[in-house]
Amino acid sequence: MMRGFALLVALGMLAGSQLARAETAATSPEQDFKAFRKYFTDKFPKVQLDDFANGPYSMNEGLRKQWIEKEVFPPYDFALDKGKELFEKPFKNGKTFADCFENKGIGVRQNYPYFDEKTNEVITLEVAVNQCLEKNGEKPYNYMKDDMAAVTAYMAFTSRGKPFDIKIPKDNPKALEAYQKGKQYFYQRRGQFNFSCASCHVQAPGEHIRAEILAPALGIMNALPIYRSEWGGMGTTSRRLTSCNSQVRGVPLKPQDPEYRDVEYYLSYMANGIPISGPGARP
Amino acid sequence: MRIMTSIVAGAAVLMALTSAHAAETADTFKAAYEKAEAANKKAGELRNQWTTTAAALKAAKKAADEGNFDVATSQAKHAEALANASIAQTEREDKLWQNAVIR
Amino acid sequence: MASTIRVRAIAGADTTEVQALVQHPMDSGFVKDSKGNLIPPHHIETVQFETGGKTVFTALWGPAVSKDPFIKFAFKGGKKGDDLKITWIDNKGATDTTTAKIM
Repeated sequence: MMRGFALLVALGMLAGSQLARAETAATSPEQDFKAFRKYFTDKFPKVQLDDFANGPYSMNEGLRKQWIEKEVFPPYDFALDKGKELFEKPFKNGKTFADCFENKGIGVRQNYPYFDEKTNEVITLEVAVNQCLEKNGEKPYNYMKDDMAAVTAYMAFTSRGKPFDIKIPKDNPKALEAYQKGKQYFYQRRGQFNFSCASCHVQAPGEHIRAEILAPALGIMNALPIYRSEWGGMGTTSRRLTSCNSQVRGVPLKPQDPEYRDVEYYLSYMANGIPISGPGARP
Repeated sequence: MRIMTSIVAGAAVLMALTSAHAAETADTFKAAYEKAEAANKKAGELRNQWTTTAAALKAAKKAADEGNFDVATSQAKHAEALANASIAQTEREDKLWQNAVIR
Repeated sequence: MASTIRVRAIAGADTTEVQALVQHPMDSGFVKDSKGNLIPPHHIETVQFETGGKTVFTALWGPAVSKDPFIKFAFKGGKKGDDLKITWIDNKGATDTTTAKIM
């Protein structure tokens, strides 16, 4: 009797460890990409692939109508004008942002974030903007809104329609590690509410959370930076990620913390091929 | 949800107990507060502090400043429980997140 | 300095449809800043749309209208090429005006 029971327990443990082993085998970015894409296109067969970049508007007809109307004079218009002004204004040393970026910084949003193989870090557009400022003896911008949101809004605008083209350098274990860390961040529950990013954006896109309609995770980076009516102003990726954290009662990390950059890297890669739609307007 | 209920229930029991016992002092508060801070610091190292832990610590400090050590100590113990829950969450989720990955 | 008013007016068969976006903080006077001080009221009180010497639309705004307000309406008449003048006045007496051609 005891021996039988012991055998049963042993078998159970073996099965358990087999399961654990299968789960821990990391999938490749290419495998993840295929599965991620299939999940959302299967779930929403009527949504055009490019439309995923419009977040909640791809999920709800009534919301979309209001958005289309507002796009005649979108709320990000003023930030866009300010962004163009800041982008073209020379620094004290005479140089401009154009000197820091490929193609003079026009139509390049879709290449960010990229993995800098010299410094082994993920470089987002905002980090690149501040690196440019510091390189030219200027004060870096606050990552969350105002000037940073204005400049990145302009850079996104000049890149509208260009599909995300995020690269994970092959045979670079550090780049792959950043990608995998980003993936973990996305799926890991946090905060007192025990939500992960996936809880809302994979489990319930198109559903309501209080009065908001949730955006699908596919293409969720494409419209940033955004003018959010809730904020009454512009916000960058950092603003959105930190507020997502506090909304689930988790203390946010610092803007552009490596973990935030990693999750942006992961989500942008998942959206490869889907066009930049930013700057965006959201409720 | 179950965890939240047990924390709320635990905190309620704790609060009932503290008022039933002899009044808390500045010393017992200090001990409870330091324990809570240490736990929250560990949660910080794991990069998963809860906003409610910070709020409870703040409330504990405020009550202590006002000389209300009963409330202060129970808030500090509540903060410690929240901090420990956030640590447990990270330890759990470090393994469980993989179950949610789209395959 | 760029105008605070963006406007587009399109003439139809009988009516002209107007859309305008106005840049203004529209502070209600009820909101506190991070230090706990009330942000004083600063909002548009009147918006006027005129064409052909006549006022075709008057809006009486106030603290309930949010920042950077958007307005859309249609009026009878108006034809392509006519001037449409928009003026706003706020509670501090500040004003801005712009004229656009009806398309």
